[in-house]
Amino acid sequence: MDRIPILRMGEFLLVTIQVDMHDQLAMTLQDDLAERISATSAKAVLIDISALDMVDSFIGRMIGTISGLSRIMDAETVVVGMQPAVAITLVELGLELPGVSTALNVERGMQLLRARVAAQ
Amino acid sequence: MIVRSSGSQPVRLEQDVVLARQTVRKLTQECAMRLIDQTKLVTAVSELARNTVVYGGGGDMDWQLIEDGTRVGVRLTFRDEGPGIADIKLAMTDGWTSGSGLGLGLTGAKRLVDEFELDSTVGAGTRITITRWT
Repeated sequence: MDRIPILRMGEFLLVTIQVDMHDQLAMTLQDDLAERISATSAKAVLIDISALDMVDSFIGRMIGTISGLSRIMDAETVVVGMQPAVAITLVELGLELPGVSTALNVERGMQLLRARVAAQ
Repeated sequence: MIVRSSGSQPVRLEQDVVLARQTVRKLTQECAMRLIDQTKLVTAVSELARNTVVYGGGGDMDWQLIEDGTRVGVRLTFRDEGPGIADIKLAMTDGWTSGSGLGLGLTGAKRLVDEFELDSTVGAGTRITITRWT
């Protein structure tokens, strides 16, 4: 079965979405992440969506759910690398991803997560 | 209006939603649509194709590359023979959903395109045509 790989780096989990996701793949990622956070006691999750040329309401909802569930599991999430055209489209679609932390790129996302984990 | 090229493809399975997006992305590139407009149209296609699969029980997407004077555009029709939409006004309300979604599919798709036409008959099916010009 198709799966999006989740890499572990110390207390962080890294996810890079590089495929045009069908809905089931997005759902699987959501479940896998919850399990990995629990299994590894990860403190933070970084999701890189710079390769995604489209985020619709389904993927947007998945991003929101991942962010919410990781918060409940005591982990921070940041979504990085959203393309400008994707951001404009999302807002027009009516999805502003409330409660989801974002950063422009991986480097800034890592900075943000490190600062938050250190502040705990 | 001149139809430069046209075609049709099934939208029955979840995977077909991805294929519909890819077909439309190619069409938008063929007519040199701006990236932001490409993204908006492809996102609208994703929403409508998913509706066709989830609510319409599967159907088809017809595509056309059209020309109208100096304008070029992509026109798409999603049609299914599903249960239809009983209350179109309600279905076109932000946040309303008959399923488990966010209720942004139809209204969101409408905001992302230049032309949007919805025809639905209870028990006979739904037909949505959208157009985005370059």
